[in-house]
Amino acid sequence: MGEYFLHLANIIGIYIILTISMNLIVGYTGLFALAHAAYYGIGAYTSALVTLNLGLPVWAGIALGSLNAAFFGFILAIPTLRLRGDYLCIATVGFVEIIRAVFMNWDSVTRGPFGLPNLPRPRLMGFEFATRGEYLVLVIGFVILTLIAVRNILNSRIGRSFKAVRDDEIAATAMGLNVFLVKALALTISAFFCGIAGGLFAHYITYVDPSTFGTFESIMILCMAVLGGMGSISGSVVGPCVLITLPEILRNVGIAGDFSLFRQVFFGVILVAMMVFRPTGIMGTQEFRLPFFKKFRAASAESGKGI
Amino acid sequence: MIEFLQQLVNGITVGSIYALVALGYTMVYGILFFINFAHGEIYMMGAFLCWTLVLWKVPFILAFFVSMTCCGLLGVTIEKIAYRPLRYVSRLGPLITAIGVSILLQNLAALIWGNKPKPFSLPDWFPFEGFDMGGVIIDSFQITILCISILLMIGLDRFVMKTKMGKAMRATAENIPVASLMGINVDTVISTVFAIGSILAAVGGILVGMYYNSLNPMMGFVPGLAAFTAAVLGGIGNIRGAMLGGMLIGILENIGAGYISAGYKQAIAFIVLVLLLLFRQEGLLGQVEKEKV
Repeated sequence: MGEYFLHLANIIGIYIILTISMNLIVGYTGLFALAHAAYYGIGAYTSALVTLNLGLPVWAGIALGSLNAAFFGFILAIPTLRLRGDYLCIATVGFVEIIRAVFMNWDSVTRGPFGLPNLPRPRLMGFEFATRGEYLVLVIGFVILTLIAVRNILNSRIGRSFKAVRDDEIAATAMGLNVFLVKALALTISAFFCGIAGGLFAHYITYVDPSTFGTFESIMILCMAVLGGMGSISGSVVGPCVLITLPEILRNVGIAGDFSLFRQVFFGVILVAMMVFRPTGIMGTQEFRLPFFKKFRAASAESGKGI
Repeated sequence: MIEFLQQLVNGITVGSIYALVALGYTMVYGILFFINFAHGEIYMMGAFLCWTLVLWKVPFILAFFVSMTCCGLLGVTIEKIAYRPLRYVSRLGPLITAIGVSILLQNLAALIWGNKPKPFSLPDWFPFEGFDMGGVIIDSFQITILCISILLMIGLDRFVMKTKMGKAMRATAENIPVASLMGINVDTVISTVFAIGSILAAVGGILVGMYYNSLNPMMGFVPGLAAFTAAVLGGIGNIRGAMLGGMLIGILENIGAGYISAGYKQAIAFIVLVLLLLFRQEGLLGQVEKEKV
Protein backbone atom coordinates (compact mmCIF):
# COMPACT_ATOMS: atom_id res chain seq x y z
CA MET A 1 0.00 0.00 0.00
CA GLY A 2 2.84 2.34 0.82
CA GLU A 3 4.32 1.78 -2.60
CA TYR A 4 0.96 2.58 -4.15
CA PHE A 5 0.77 5.94 -2.37
CA LEU A 6 4.32 6.76 -3.41
CA HIS A 7 3.39 5.96 -6.99
CA LEU A 8 0.38 8.28 -6.82
CA ALA A 9 2.54 11.00 -5.27
CA ASN A 10 5.06 10.73 -8.11
CA ILE A 11 2.31 10.94 -10.72
CA ILE A 12 0.72 13.91 -8.94
CA GLY A 13 4.07 15.69 -8.89
CA ILE A 14 4.54 15.22 -12.64
CA TYR A 15 1.01 16.43 -13.32
CA ILE A 16 1.54 19.48 -11.13
CA ILE A 17 4.36 20.55 -13.44
CA LEU A 18 2.16 19.91 -16.48
CA THR A 19 -0.81 21.74 -14.99
CA ILE A 20 1.29 24.77 -14.11
CA SER A 21 2.52 24.90 -17.65
CA MET A 22 -1.05 24.59 -18.95
CA ASN A 23 -2.15 27.33 -16.59
CA LEU A 24 0.63 29.59 -17.80
CA ILE A 25 -0.86 29.40 -21.30
CA VAL A 26 -4.60 29.12 -20.73
CA GLY A 27 -4.98 30.93 -17.43
CA TYR A 28 -2.32 33.62 -17.57
CA THR A 29 -1.82 34.30 -21.27
CA GLY A 30 -5.37 33.51 -22.38
CA LEU A 31 -4.33 31.24 -25.26
CA PHE A 32 -6.45 28.14 -25.58
CA ALA A 33 -3.70 25.79 -26.78
CA LEU A 34 -3.94 22.06 -26.17
CA ALA A 35 -0.53 21.02 -27.48
CA HIS A 36 0.80 20.03 -24.06
CA ALA A 37 0.58 16.30 -24.64
CA ALA A 38 2.83 16.76 -27.68
CA TYR A 39 5.46 18.73 -25.74
CA TYR A 40 5.21 16.20 -22.94
CA GLY A 41 5.77 13.40 -25.45
CA ILE A 42 8.62 15.22 -27.15
CA GLY A 43 10.32 15.71 -23.79
CA ALA A 44 9.84 12.07 -22.86
CA TYR A 45 10.95 10.65 -26.20
CA THR A 46 13.95 12.96 -26.53
CA SER A 47 15.17 12.09 -23.08
CA ALA A 48 14.59 8.40 -23.67
CA LEU A 49 16.38 8.37 -27.03
CA VAL A 50 19.33 10.42 -25.83
CA THR A 51 19.93 8.24 -22.80
CA LEU A 52 19.42 4.96 -24.65
CA ASN A 53 21.28 5.70 -27.88
CA LEU A 54 23.97 8.16 -26.84
CA GLY A 55 24.43 6.88 -23.30
CA LEU A 56 24.19 10.38 -21.84
CA PRO A 57 23.22 10.70 -18.17
CA VAL A 58 19.52 11.14 -17.39
CA TRP A 59 20.07 14.75 -16.32
CA ALA A 60 21.33 15.60 -19.77
CA GLY A 61 18.37 13.70 -21.19
CA ILE A 62 15.86 15.72 -19.21
CA ALA A 63 17.66 18.96 -20.09
CA LEU A 64 17.81 18.16 -23.79
CA GLY A 65 14.22 16.89 -23.72
CA SER A 66 12.91 20.11 -22.25
CA LEU A 67 15.00 22.22 -24.63
CA ASN A 68 13.71 20.21 -27.55
CA ALA A 69 10.14 20.60 -26.33
CA ALA A 70 10.71 24.34 -25.98
CA PHE A 71 12.09 24.40 -29.50
CA PHE A 72 8.95 22.70 -30.82
CA GLY A 73 6.85 25.05 -28.72
CA PHE A 74 8.47 27.95 -30.49
CA ILE A 75 8.23 26.35 -33.94
CA LEU A 76 4.53 25.65 -33.42
CA ALA A 77 3.99 29.17 -32.13
CA ILE A 78 5.16 30.84 -35.33
CA PRO A 79 2.35 29.60 -37.59
CA THR A 80 -0.45 29.03 -35.10
CA LEU A 81 -0.38 32.22 -33.08
CA ARG A 82 -2.18 34.13 -35.77
CA LEU A 83 -5.22 31.98 -35.09
CA ARG A 84 -8.08 33.03 -32.87
CA GLY A 85 -9.35 31.07 -29.83
CA ASP A 86 -10.98 27.92 -31.08
CA TYR A 87 -8.94 27.69 -34.27
CA LEU A 88 -5.81 27.73 -32.15
CA CYS A 89 -7.30 24.97 -30.03
CA ILE A 90 -8.07 22.73 -32.98
CA ALA A 91 -4.72 23.39 -34.67
CA THR A 92 -2.88 22.38 -31.50
CA VAL A 93 -5.02 19.24 -31.19
CA GLY A 94 -3.99 18.52 -34.76
CA PHE A 95 -0.36 19.03 -33.78
CA VAL A 96 -0.72 16.50 -30.93
CA GLU A 97 -2.14 13.92 -33.32
CA ILE A 98 0.57 14.57 -35.91
CA ILE A 99 3.32 14.16 -33.32
CA ARG A 100 1.70 10.98 -32.09
CA ALA A 101 1.49 9.66 -35.65
CA VAL A 102 5.24 10.34 -35.93
CA PHE A 103 6.00 8.43 -32.69
CA MET A 104 3.79 5.63 -33.96
CA ASN A 105 5.22 5.34 -37.47
CA TRP A 106 8.89 6.31 -37.22
CA ASP A 107 9.78 2.70 -36.48
CA SER A 108 13.53 2.92 -36.95
CA VAL A 109 13.88 5.45 -34.13
CA THR A 110 10.87 5.17 -31.84
CA ARG A 111 10.07 1.48 -32.40
CA GLY A 112 6.49 2.52 -33.17
CA PRO A 113 3.74 1.11 -30.97
CA PHE A 114 6.20 -1.10 -29.04
CA GLY A 115 7.69 1.95 -27.35
CA LEU A 116 11.11 2.26 -25.76
CA PRO A 117 11.63 0.05 -22.70
CA ASN A 118 14.43 -0.17 -20.08
CA LEU A 119 15.14 3.51 -19.64
CA PRO A 120 17.72 4.25 -16.96
CA ARG A 121 16.87 5.89 -13.66
CA PRO A 122 18.82 9.06 -12.85
CA ARG A 123 22.04 8.91 -10.79
CA LEU A 124 23.64 11.58 -8.68
CA MET A 125 27.22 11.05 -7.50
CA GLY A 126 26.90 7.28 -7.54
CA PHE A 127 23.45 7.32 -5.94
CA GLU A 128 20.63 5.95 -8.07
CA PHE A 129 17.07 7.16 -7.61
CA ALA A 130 15.86 3.59 -7.89
CA THR A 131 12.84 3.22 -5.60
CA ARG A 132 9.61 5.15 -5.78
CA GLY A 133 10.38 6.95 -2.54
CA GLU A 134 13.77 8.12 -3.78
CA TYR A 135 12.30 9.22 -7.09
CA LEU A 136 9.62 11.16 -5.23
CA VAL A 137 12.34 13.32 -3.67
CA LEU A 138 13.55 14.15 -7.16
CA VAL A 139 10.03 14.89 -8.42
CA ILE A 140 9.28 17.14 -5.46
CA GLY A 141 12.54 18.94 -6.09
CA PHE A 142 11.52 19.63 -9.69
CA VAL A 143 8.01 20.70 -8.63
CA ILE A 144 9.46 23.24 -6.19
CA LEU A 145 11.91 24.52 -8.81
CA THR A 146 9.02 24.89 -11.27
CA LEU A 147 6.88 26.70 -8.72
CA ILE A 148 9.66 29.14 -7.91
CA ALA A 149 10.53 29.68 -11.56
CA VAL A 150 6.91 30.28 -12.57
CA ARG A 151 6.31 32.56 -9.61
CA ASN A 152 9.31 34.64 -10.60
CA ILE A 153 8.27 34.71 -14.23
CA LEU A 154 4.76 35.84 -13.33
CA ASN A 155 6.07 38.55 -11.04
CA SER A 156 8.40 39.88 -13.68
CA ARG A 157 7.90 42.16 -16.63
CA ILE A 158 7.34 39.09 -18.81
CA GLY A 159 4.58 37.74 -16.58
CA ARG A 160 2.82 41.06 -16.52
CA SER A 161 2.97 41.22 -20.29
CA PHE A 162 1.30 37.76 -20.44
CA LYS A 163 -1.58 39.03 -18.36
CA ALA A 164 -1.80 42.23 -20.38
CA VAL A 165 -2.15 40.20 -23.58
CA ARG A 166 -4.77 38.01 -21.98
CA ASP A 167 -6.89 40.89 -20.77
CA ASP A 168 -6.83 42.96 -23.94
CA GLU A 169 -4.60 42.34 -26.92
CA ILE A 170 -5.30 45.64 -28.56
CA ALA A 171 -4.61 47.61 -25.41
CA ALA A 172 -1.42 45.60 -24.92
CA THR A 173 -0.31 46.46 -28.46
CA ALA A 174 -1.09 50.10 -27.79
CA MET A 175 1.15 49.93 -24.72
CA GLY A 176 4.00 48.93 -27.00
CA LEU A 177 4.05 45.19 -26.39
CA ASN A 178 4.89 42.92 -29.27
CA VAL A 179 1.91 40.61 -28.80
CA PHE A 180 3.26 37.92 -31.08
CA LEU A 181 6.57 37.71 -29.21
CA VAL A 182 4.82 37.65 -25.85
CA LYS A 183 2.59 34.78 -26.92
CA ALA A 184 5.49 32.88 -28.51
CA LEU A 185 7.49 33.29 -25.33
CA ALA A 186 4.58 32.01 -23.25
CA LEU A 187 4.22 28.93 -25.46
CA THR A 188 7.96 28.28 -25.42
CA ILE A 189 8.23 28.55 -21.63
CA SER A 190 5.17 26.35 -21.21
CA ALA A 191 6.58 23.75 -23.59
CA PHE A 192 9.87 23.81 -21.67
CA PHE A 193 8.15 22.81 -18.42
CA CYS A 194 6.14 20.14 -20.23
CA GLY A 195 9.44 18.77 -21.52
CA ILE A 196 10.79 18.52 -17.98
CA ALA A 197 7.65 16.66 -16.92
CA GLY A 198 8.04 14.36 -19.93
CA GLY A 199 11.63 13.50 -19.01
CA LEU A 200 10.67 12.87 -15.39
CA PHE A 201 7.80 10.65 -16.48
CA ALA A 202 9.91 8.65 -18.95
CA HIS A 203 12.59 7.84 -16.39
CA TYR A 204 10.05 7.15 -13.68
CA ILE A 205 8.01 4.60 -15.63
CA THR A 206 11.25 3.60 -17.47
CA TYR A 207 9.17 3.03 -20.60
CA VAL A 208 7.62 5.34 -23.19
CA ASP A 209 5.06 4.50 -25.85
CA PRO A 210 2.94 6.66 -28.16
CA SER A 211 -0.40 5.86 -26.55
CA THR A 212 0.50 7.95 -23.50
CA PHE A 213 0.76 11.19 -25.43
CA GLY A 214 -2.63 11.54 -27.12
CA THR A 215 -5.18 14.34 -27.06
CA PHE A 216 -6.81 12.90 -23.97
CA GLU A 217 -3.64 13.67 -22.04
CA SER A 218 -3.95 17.35 -22.94
CA ILE A 219 -7.61 17.31 -21.98
CA MET A 220 -6.80 15.76 -18.63
CA ILE A 221 -4.24 18.46 -17.93
CA LEU A 222 -6.76 21.10 -18.98
CA CYS A 223 -9.28 19.50 -16.63
CA MET A 224 -6.84 19.79 -13.75
CA ALA A 225 -6.12 23.43 -14.54
CA VAL A 226 -9.84 24.27 -14.84
CA LEU A 227 -10.69 22.46 -11.63
CA GLY A 228 -7.90 24.08 -9.69
CA GLY A 229 -8.65 27.51 -11.03
CA MET A 230 -7.26 29.28 -14.07
CA GLY A 231 -5.00 32.05 -13.00
CA SER A 232 -4.01 30.48 -9.70
CA ILE A 233 -0.72 28.67 -9.16
CA SER A 234 -1.99 27.10 -5.95
CA GLY A 235 -4.95 25.92 -8.01
CA SER A 236 -2.55 24.11 -10.31
CA VAL A 237 -1.27 22.23 -7.29
CA VAL A 238 -4.75 21.49 -5.95
CA GLY A 239 -6.20 20.40 -9.32
CA PRO A 240 -3.94 17.41 -9.96
CA CYS A 241 -4.10 16.36 -6.30
CA VAL A 242 -7.90 16.22 -6.41
CA LEU A 243 -8.27 14.75 -9.87
CA ILE A 244 -5.76 11.98 -9.34
CA THR A 245 -6.71 10.98 -5.81
CA LEU A 246 -10.51 11.24 -6.14
CA PRO A 247 -10.90 8.51 -8.77
CA GLU A 248 -8.49 6.34 -6.78
CA ILE A 249 -10.67 6.74 -3.67
CA LEU A 250 -13.74 5.85 -5.72
CA ARG A 251 -11.88 2.81 -7.02
CA ASN A 252 -11.11 1.65 -3.50
CA VAL A 253 -14.70 1.90 -2.32
CA GLY A 254 -15.52 -0.26 -5.32
CA ILE A 255 -17.75 2.05 -7.36
CA ALA A 256 -16.00 1.64 -10.64
CA GLY A 257 -16.45 -1.27 -13.00
CA ASP A 258 -13.82 -0.66 -15.63
CA PHE A 259 -11.66 1.78 -13.78
CA SER A 260 -9.90 3.71 -16.53
CA LEU A 261 -13.14 4.26 -18.45
CA PHE A 262 -14.94 5.28 -15.33
CA ARG A 263 -12.18 7.74 -14.54
CA GLN A 264 -12.54 9.35 -17.95
CA VAL A 265 -16.32 9.62 -17.64
CA PHE A 266 -15.62 11.31 -14.34
CA PHE A 267 -13.23 13.77 -16.01
CA GLY A 268 -15.90 14.64 -18.55
CA VAL A 269 -18.52 15.28 -15.86
CA ILE A 270 -16.07 17.41 -13.85
CA LEU A 271 -15.20 19.51 -16.87
CA VAL A 272 -18.84 20.24 -17.76
CA ALA A 273 -20.02 20.72 -14.18
CA MET A 274 -17.15 23.03 -13.30
CA MET A 275 -17.67 25.26 -16.32
CA VAL A 276 -21.42 25.50 -15.75
CA PHE A 277 -21.51 25.88 -11.97
CA ARG A 278 -18.15 27.28 -10.94
CA PRO A 279 -16.15 28.47 -13.94
CA THR A 280 -13.48 29.94 -11.72
CA GLY A 281 -12.39 26.54 -10.37
CA ILE A 282 -11.70 25.60 -6.76
CA MET A 283 -9.19 28.32 -6.06
CA GLY A 284 -10.46 30.97 -8.48
CA THR A 285 -7.59 33.39 -8.63
CA GLN A 286 -6.81 32.96 -4.94
CA GLU A 287 -3.53 31.61 -3.67
CA PHE A 288 -2.70 29.77 -0.48
CA ARG A 289 -1.78 32.09 2.33
CA LEU A 290 0.85 29.87 3.86
CA PRO A 291 4.08 31.79 4.45
CA PHE A 292 5.77 29.81 1.67
CA PHE A 293 3.13 30.82 -0.84
CA LYS A 294 2.85 34.40 0.29
CA LYS A 295 4.66 35.84 -2.65
CA PHE A 296 2.31 34.13 -5.09
CA ARG A 297 -0.41 36.46 -4.05
CA ALA A 298 1.42 39.36 -5.53
CA ALA A 299 1.69 37.38 -8.75
CA SER A 300 -1.99 36.81 -9.11
CA ALA A 301 -3.45 39.76 -7.25
CA GLU A 302 -4.19 41.51 -10.49
CA SER A 303 -4.75 38.35 -12.47
CA GLY A 304 -8.47 38.88 -13.00
CA LYS A 305 -10.88 36.37 -14.37
CA GLY A 306 -8.75 33.61 -15.88
CA ILE A 307 -10.51 32.81 -19.14
CA MET B 1 -4.17 4.74 -62.83
CA ILE B 2 -6.62 2.03 -61.80
CA GLU B 3 -5.40 2.23 -58.25
CA PHE B 4 -5.83 5.98 -58.35
CA LEU B 5 -9.41 5.65 -59.59
CA GLN B 6 -10.13 3.04 -56.95
CA GLN B 7 -8.85 5.33 -54.20
CA LEU B 8 -10.91 8.13 -55.73
CA VAL B 9 -14.07 6.02 -55.50
CA ASN B 10 -13.32 5.05 -51.90
CA GLY B 11 -12.51 8.66 -51.14
CA ILE B 12 -15.79 9.93 -52.53
CA THR B 13 -17.69 7.38 -50.45
CA VAL B 14 -16.00 8.36 -47.20
CA GLY B 15 -16.02 11.99 -48.25
CA SER B 16 -19.77 12.10 -48.63
CA ILE B 17 -20.07 10.90 -45.03
CA TYR B 18 -17.56 13.51 -43.88
CA ALA B 19 -19.71 16.05 -45.66
CA LEU B 20 -22.78 14.97 -43.67
CA VAL B 21 -20.88 15.31 -40.41
CA ALA B 22 -19.23 18.57 -41.48
CA LEU B 23 -22.67 20.12 -41.97
CA GLY B 24 -23.30 19.85 -38.23
CA TYR B 25 -20.03 21.62 -37.41
CA THR B 26 -20.55 24.32 -39.93
CA MET B 27 -24.14 25.11 -38.96
CA VAL B 28 -23.28 25.37 -35.27
CA TYR B 29 -20.19 27.43 -35.97
CA GLY B 30 -22.13 29.67 -38.30
CA ILE B 31 -24.47 30.68 -35.49
CA LEU B 32 -22.58 30.28 -32.23
CA PHE B 33 -18.93 30.60 -33.34
CA PHE B 34 -17.76 27.62 -31.43
CA ILE B 35 -16.53 24.16 -32.34
CA ASN B 36 -18.90 21.51 -31.12
CA PHE B 37 -16.31 18.91 -30.15
CA ALA B 38 -19.04 16.48 -29.08
CA HIS B 39 -20.35 16.20 -32.64
CA GLY B 40 -18.11 13.26 -33.50
CA GLU B 41 -19.42 11.44 -30.46
CA ILE B 42 -23.01 11.87 -31.61
CA TYR B 43 -21.98 10.21 -34.86
CA MET B 44 -20.59 7.31 -32.81
CA MET B 45 -23.70 7.13 -30.59
CA GLY B 46 -25.93 7.00 -33.68
CA ALA B 47 -24.08 4.01 -35.02
CA PHE B 48 -24.13 2.19 -31.67
CA LEU B 49 -27.84 2.86 -31.06
CA CYS B 50 -28.76 1.50 -34.46
CA TRP B 51 -26.52 -1.53 -33.95
CA THR B 52 -28.11 -2.24 -30.55
CA LEU B 53 -31.64 -1.96 -31.91
CA VAL B 54 -30.81 -4.30 -34.78
CA LEU B 55 -29.36 -6.71 -32.22
CA TRP B 56 -32.71 -6.56 -30.42
CA LYS B 57 -34.39 -7.73 -33.64
CA VAL B 58 -35.85 -4.32 -34.49
CA PRO B 59 -36.28 -4.06 -38.27
CA PHE B 60 -33.35 -2.18 -39.74
CA ILE B 61 -35.28 0.73 -41.26
CA LEU B 62 -37.09 1.36 -37.97
CA ALA B 63 -33.82 1.13 -36.03
CA PHE B 64 -32.28 3.61 -38.43
CA PHE B 65 -35.01 6.19 -37.86
CA VAL B 66 -35.21 5.62 -34.10
CA SER B 67 -31.49 6.15 -33.69
CA MET B 68 -31.67 9.30 -35.85
CA THR B 69 -34.40 10.66 -33.59
CA CYS B 70 -32.55 9.73 -30.41
CA CYS B 71 -29.41 11.46 -31.67
CA GLY B 72 -31.39 14.55 -32.55
CA LEU B 73 -32.73 14.63 -28.99
CA LEU B 74 -29.27 13.95 -27.61
CA GLY B 75 -27.85 16.90 -29.53
CA VAL B 76 -30.59 19.22 -28.28
CA THR B 77 -30.14 18.01 -24.70
CA ILE B 78 -26.39 18.52 -24.79
CA GLU B 79 -26.90 22.06 -26.06
CA LYS B 80 -29.42 22.77 -23.28
CA ILE B 81 -27.28 21.40 -20.47
CA ALA B 82 -23.73 22.13 -21.46
CA TYR B 83 -23.70 25.03 -23.93
CA ARG B 84 -26.72 27.24 -23.28
CA PRO B 85 -25.77 28.31 -19.72
CA LEU B 86 -22.43 29.53 -21.06
CA ARG B 87 -23.62 30.98 -24.34
CA TYR B 88 -23.06 34.66 -23.69
CA VAL B 89 -20.90 34.27 -20.60
CA SER B 90 -17.50 33.36 -21.96
CA ARG B 91 -16.10 32.50 -25.32
CA LEU B 92 -13.94 29.57 -24.35
CA GLY B 93 -16.34 28.14 -21.77
CA PRO B 94 -18.54 26.24 -24.26
CA LEU B 95 -15.41 24.88 -25.94
CA ILE B 96 -14.24 23.39 -22.66
CA THR B 97 -17.66 21.90 -21.87
CA ALA B 98 -17.81 20.51 -25.40
CA ILE B 99 -14.53 18.69 -24.78
CA GLY B 100 -15.99 17.46 -21.50
CA VAL B 101 -19.14 16.14 -23.19
CA SER B 102 -17.01 14.51 -25.85
CA ILE B 103 -14.89 12.43 -23.45
CA LEU B 104 -17.98 11.75 -21.34
CA LEU B 105 -19.89 10.21 -24.26
CA GLN B 106 -16.83 8.36 -25.57
CA ASN B 107 -16.23 6.61 -22.28
CA LEU B 108 -19.88 6.13 -21.47
CA ALA B 109 -20.18 4.25 -24.75
CA ALA B 110 -17.11 2.22 -23.83
CA LEU B 111 -18.65 1.39 -20.45
CA ILE B 112 -21.96 0.36 -22.03
CA TRP B 113 -20.77 -1.46 -25.15
CA GLY B 114 -17.18 -2.33 -24.27
CA ASN B 115 -13.95 -1.27 -25.90
CA LYS B 116 -13.71 -4.10 -28.42
CA PRO B 117 -14.73 -3.32 -32.01
CA LYS B 118 -18.18 -4.65 -32.90
CA PRO B 119 -19.03 -5.97 -36.34
CA PHE B 120 -21.99 -4.16 -37.93
CA SER B 121 -23.05 -5.93 -41.08
CA LEU B 122 -25.53 -4.85 -43.72
CA PRO B 123 -29.12 -6.10 -43.32
CA ASP B 124 -29.75 -9.41 -45.09
CA TRP B 125 -32.15 -7.97 -47.62
CA PHE B 126 -29.62 -5.46 -48.93
CA PRO B 127 -28.62 -6.43 -52.50
CA PHE B 128 -24.85 -6.22 -52.01
CA GLU B 129 -23.06 -6.52 -55.29
CA GLY B 130 -19.71 -5.35 -56.63
CA PHE B 131 -19.48 -3.85 -60.11
CA ASP B 132 -16.21 -4.12 -61.98
CA MET B 133 -15.68 -1.09 -64.17
CA GLY B 134 -12.48 -1.74 -66.03
CA GLY B 135 -10.63 -2.79 -62.88
CA VAL B 136 -12.21 -0.24 -60.57
CA ILE B 137 -14.60 -1.96 -58.19
CA ILE B 138 -17.68 -0.08 -57.02
CA ASP B 139 -20.18 -1.86 -54.83
CA SER B 140 -23.86 -1.20 -54.43
CA PHE B 141 -23.43 -0.02 -50.84
CA GLN B 142 -20.99 2.68 -51.89
CA ILE B 143 -23.56 3.90 -54.39
CA THR B 144 -26.24 3.82 -51.67
CA ILE B 145 -24.06 5.89 -49.32
CA LEU B 146 -23.47 8.45 -52.02
CA CYS B 147 -27.17 8.63 -52.92
CA ILE B 148 -28.33 8.96 -49.30
CA SER B 149 -25.79 11.69 -48.58
CA ILE B 150 -26.55 13.65 -51.70
CA LEU B 151 -30.31 13.44 -51.05
CA LEU B 152 -29.86 14.64 -47.48
CA MET B 153 -27.59 17.47 -48.55
CA ILE B 154 -30.01 18.66 -51.23
CA GLY B 155 -32.81 18.38 -48.68
CA LEU B 156 -30.89 20.47 -46.16
CA ASP B 157 -29.96 23.05 -48.75
CA ARG B 158 -33.61 23.42 -49.79
CA PHE B 159 -34.68 23.54 -46.14
CA VAL B 160 -32.26 26.34 -45.32
CA MET B 161 -33.04 28.28 -48.47
CA LYS B 162 -36.79 27.83 -48.85
CA THR B 163 -38.51 27.34 -45.49
CA LYS B 164 -39.37 29.84 -42.80
CA MET B 165 -37.21 28.04 -40.24
CA GLY B 166 -34.34 28.06 -42.73
CA LYS B 167 -34.71 31.77 -43.15
CA ALA B 168 -34.72 32.17 -39.36
CA MET B 169 -31.52 30.10 -39.23
CA ARG B 170 -29.82 32.32 -41.77
CA ALA B 171 -30.96 35.43 -39.94
CA THR B 172 -29.65 34.10 -36.63
CA ALA B 173 -26.33 33.26 -38.22
CA GLU B 174 -26.16 36.80 -39.53
CA ASN B 175 -26.77 38.54 -36.23
CA ILE B 176 -28.30 37.07 -33.07
CA PRO B 177 -29.52 40.28 -31.35
CA VAL B 178 -31.08 41.65 -34.52
CA ALA B 179 -32.70 38.32 -35.31
CA SER B 180 -34.30 38.20 -31.89
CA LEU B 181 -35.50 41.78 -32.33
CA MET B 182 -37.25 40.62 -35.49
CA GLY B 183 -39.25 38.18 -33.41
CA ILE B 184 -37.17 35.07 -34.09
CA ASN B 185 -36.92 32.75 -31.13
CA VAL B 186 -33.16 32.26 -31.15
CA ASP B 187 -33.25 29.39 -28.65
CA THR B 188 -35.63 27.41 -30.87
CA VAL B 189 -33.48 28.07 -33.92
CA ILE B 190 -30.34 26.92 -32.13
CA SER B 191 -32.10 23.79 -30.86
CA THR B 192 -33.25 23.03 -34.40
CA VAL B 193 -29.74 23.48 -35.70
CA PHE B 194 -28.39 21.04 -33.12
CA ALA B 195 -31.19 18.58 -33.89
CA ILE B 196 -30.56 18.67 -37.64
CA GLY B 197 -26.79 18.47 -37.25
CA SER B 198 -27.06 15.52 -34.88
CA ILE B 199 -29.50 13.66 -37.13
CA LEU B 200 -27.14 14.04 -40.08
CA ALA B 201 -24.23 12.89 -37.90
CA ALA B 202 -26.21 9.82 -36.84
CA VAL B 203 -26.87 8.91 -40.47
CA GLY B 204 -23.17 9.34 -41.19
CA GLY B 205 -22.22 7.15 -38.23
CA ILE B 206 -24.57 4.33 -39.18
CA LEU B 207 -23.43 4.35 -42.80
CA VAL B 208 -19.74 4.40 -41.87
CA GLY B 209 -20.24 1.65 -39.29
CA MET B 210 -21.72 -0.61 -41.93
CA TYR B 211 -19.22 0.47 -44.59
CA TYR B 212 -16.22 -0.59 -42.48
CA ASN B 213 -18.29 -3.31 -40.77
CA SER B 214 -16.92 -2.20 -37.43
CA LEU B 215 -17.94 0.01 -34.51
CA ASN B 216 -15.92 1.20 -31.56
CA PRO B 217 -16.36 3.96 -28.97
CA MET B 218 -13.42 5.92 -30.37
CA MET B 219 -14.73 5.93 -33.92
CA GLY B 220 -16.11 9.46 -33.62
CA PHE B 221 -13.03 11.36 -32.59
CA VAL B 222 -10.74 11.34 -35.62
CA PRO B 223 -13.52 11.44 -38.26
CA GLY B 224 -15.05 14.25 -36.22
CA LEU B 225 -11.88 16.28 -36.57
CA ALA B 226 -11.59 15.31 -40.22
CA ALA B 227 -15.14 16.54 -40.75
CA PHE B 228 -14.31 19.74 -38.91
CA THR B 229 -11.35 20.16 -41.23
CA ALA B 230 -13.77 19.66 -44.10
CA ALA B 231 -16.00 22.40 -42.70
CA VAL B 232 -13.02 24.76 -42.46
CA LEU B 233 -11.82 23.77 -45.91
CA GLY B 234 -15.16 24.65 -47.41
CA GLY B 235 -15.37 27.88 -45.45
CA ILE B 236 -16.85 27.52 -41.99
CA GLY B 237 -20.47 28.60 -41.68
CA ASN B 238 -21.02 27.85 -45.36
CA ILE B 239 -23.28 24.85 -45.92
CA ARG B 240 -22.37 24.21 -49.54
CA GLY B 241 -18.72 24.66 -48.64
CA ALA B 242 -19.00 21.89 -46.06
CA MET B 243 -20.27 19.50 -48.72
CA LEU B 244 -17.38 20.34 -51.04
CA GLY B 245 -14.85 20.21 -48.20
CA GLY B 246 -16.09 16.81 -47.03
CA MET B 247 -15.63 15.28 -50.47
CA LEU B 248 -12.16 16.79 -50.85
CA ILE B 249 -10.96 15.59 -47.44
CA GLY B 250 -12.26 12.08 -48.10
CA ILE B 251 -10.47 11.95 -51.45
CA LEU B 252 -7.23 13.43 -50.09
CA GLU B 253 -7.16 10.97 -47.20
CA ASN B 254 -7.64 7.94 -49.36
CA ILE B 255 -5.22 8.99 -52.04
CA GLY B 256 -2.68 10.01 -49.39
CA ALA B 257 -3.09 6.68 -47.62
CA GLY B 258 -2.69 4.82 -50.90
CA TYR B 259 0.38 6.70 -52.14
CA ILE B 260 2.25 7.94 -49.04
CA SER B 261 1.66 5.61 -46.13
CA ALA B 262 -1.43 4.10 -44.55
CA GLY B 263 0.03 4.78 -41.11
CA TYR B 264 -0.25 8.50 -41.63
CA LYS B 265 -3.82 8.35 -42.96
CA GLN B 266 -5.28 9.93 -39.85
CA ALA B 267 -2.68 12.67 -39.81
CA ILE B 268 -3.47 13.80 -43.36
CA ALA B 269 -6.64 15.66 -42.38
CA PHE B 270 -4.70 17.44 -39.65
CA ILE B 271 -1.90 18.44 -41.95
CA VAL B 272 -4.48 19.84 -44.38
CA LEU B 273 -6.10 21.65 -41.48
CA VAL B 274 -2.90 23.23 -40.21
CA LEU B 275 -1.88 24.32 -43.71
CA LEU B 276 -5.34 25.69 -44.33
CA LEU B 277 -5.43 27.67 -41.11
CA LEU B 278 -2.09 29.16 -42.02
CA PHE B 279 -2.72 30.14 -45.59
CA ARG B 280 -6.45 30.43 -46.18
CA GLN B 281 -8.35 30.55 -42.95
CA GLU B 282 -11.60 31.51 -44.65
CA GLY B 283 -11.57 28.25 -46.64
CA LEU B 284 -12.51 27.74 -50.27
CA LEU B 285 -15.97 29.28 -50.32
CA GLY B 286 -15.89 31.34 -47.12
CA GLN B 287 -15.72 35.06 -46.68
CA VAL B 288 -13.00 36.92 -44.84
CA GLU B 289 -14.19 37.90 -41.43
CA LYS B 290 -12.99 41.19 -40.05
CA GLU B 291 -12.10 41.09 -36.39
CA LYS B 292 -13.82 43.88 -34.51
CA VAL B 293 -12.30 45.86 -31.69
